[in-house]
Amino acid sequence: MSFDYLVTLLPRMLQGTLTTLYLLFAAFLLGNVLAVLTALARISSRRALQWPSWAYIQVIRGTPLLVQIYLFYYGLGSVLAHMPAVRFSIVWPLLRDGFWYAVVALGISTGAYSGEILRGALAAVPRGEVEAARALGLRPRHITWLILIPRAIQSCLPALGGETILLLKSTALASTVTVLDMMGQANFARAQSLRVYEPLLLAALIYILLTIGITRLFALAEARVNRSAGRMVYARTRD
Amino acid sequence: MVGARFTRKPHRSEGRPLTPSLSYLDLIGFGDGGWGPRFVQGTILTIEISLAGYAVGIAFGLLGVWAKLSNRVAARIAGQLYTTLVRAVPELLLIILLYYTGTAAIANLLARIGVAGQINVNAFAAAVVTLGFVQGAYLTEVFRGAIMAVPRGVAEAGRALALRPALRFRLLIMPLALRHALPGMSNLWLSILKDSSLISVVGFSELLFTGKTAAGATKHYFFFFMFTAAVFLVLTAISNIGLGWLQRTADRGQARA
Repeated sequence: MSFDYLVTLLPRMLQGTLTTLYLLFAAFLLGNVLAVLTALARISSRRALQWPSWAYIQVIRGTPLLVQIYLFYYGLGSVLAHMPAVRFSIVWPLLRDGFWYAVVALGISTGAYSGEILRGALAAVPRGEVEAARALGLRPRHITWLILIPRAIQSCLPALGGETILLLKSTALASTVTVLDMMGQANFARAQSLRVYEPLLLAALIYILLTIGITRLFALAEARVNRSAGRMVYARTRD
Repeated sequence: MVGARFTRKPHRSEGRPLTPSLSYLDLIGFGDGGWGPRFVQGTILTIEISLAGYAVGIAFGLLGVWAKLSNRVAARIAGQLYTTLVRAVPELLLIILLYYTGTAAIANLLARIGVAGQINVNAFAAAVVTLGFVQGAYLTEVFRGAIMAVPRGVAEAGRALALRPALRFRLLIMPLALRHALPGMSNLWLSILKDSSLISVVGFSELLFTGKTAAGATKHYFFFFMFTAAVFLVLTAISNIGLGWLQRTADRGQARA
């Protein structure tokens, strides 16, 4: 292990860290939007929504993420490349880049896992709260978006935090489709310098730091949410 | 039969276009140009490394939980470090790290001992140990939760019977903890089955590697990755059926929640 070599690695690794954070952020957004929609579809009374959402969760959770990423990047990528309308359009440079395929695959994957967590949380929202909202004359749509979803997210925040850490670790798979995220940079440096320990251990250290950061963020969010929840409990016990 | 030499039967490949257009069914079939045999082999390897990795993982998990619940501070710290670090770092990174350093270390060790010069560390063993080591950290947590769920009185009863710690664990705590551990262990089996595909990155020819090779050779990327995903889906579906049966068996005689 050489310290000088580690220092020369730093700029490259920081760039990789930035890419990893971009990946994480984009996939997090896409994934959680999908998760909310999937969870709602799962508890919907309409068959046409129940079935596809069930199948989506089963298929995504039943296959390796790496296969999904390959399917998007190589599979979908090669299909798109054969479509002249896409191949010669302005968006092609975007579609040639592994980054967006990775974001979509990661988002779809985390959407299925988080969707299943959210579904459980939606089912656990106390019936009384929904009935109270109905008694106040709220429309079903408003009950869903103002009562059900905020309450569900609140109660499954710890699980969603765990899911976000899993997502961070999953972003490393983007390196297999040419994205130079932290893992990609580390692996590149490893192949270039034939040093195994320095780049990979440095990357591991940064991943651990990011994991701690995410844990802190979710702990903060939880504390905030529980503060208002505590007030609600207090109000309830008073009357 | 003098002329026989000159009237040879044309080889079956003659007169065919160089790259015959095969139907999708032929591509995964067992005939000419079919990737069926390779996929069967890859699937078997995937199942094998998953099973073996899981077994190694259980060993690491038991070791980890022993350390974490130990009275010795050093053991507890080691156990804590193991589960925290391994679970905070991407599996892919760990696999690449352990695979390259592990194979080098084992080769080095074998050379030191003086085993014949040219040693090729078995890729299968490296894959299994790597997967097992990662899986063990997660299994440690599952085991810990399951053991904590066993009422204290059970361990105390064992102590009252003057059973040694090892016997107390084997006869009293483990059978009771197993039922609590089963859901977590089921999840982790599904996860190692899927994570075994990461081994393809280091060139181990399991299912995904086979799919990638087939896709690259035929240029039917979409089809072959779909097919690979389908095989994995079948494997997880079968696992789910088996695990569901196991859980029902373990829950026999328990009050339903």
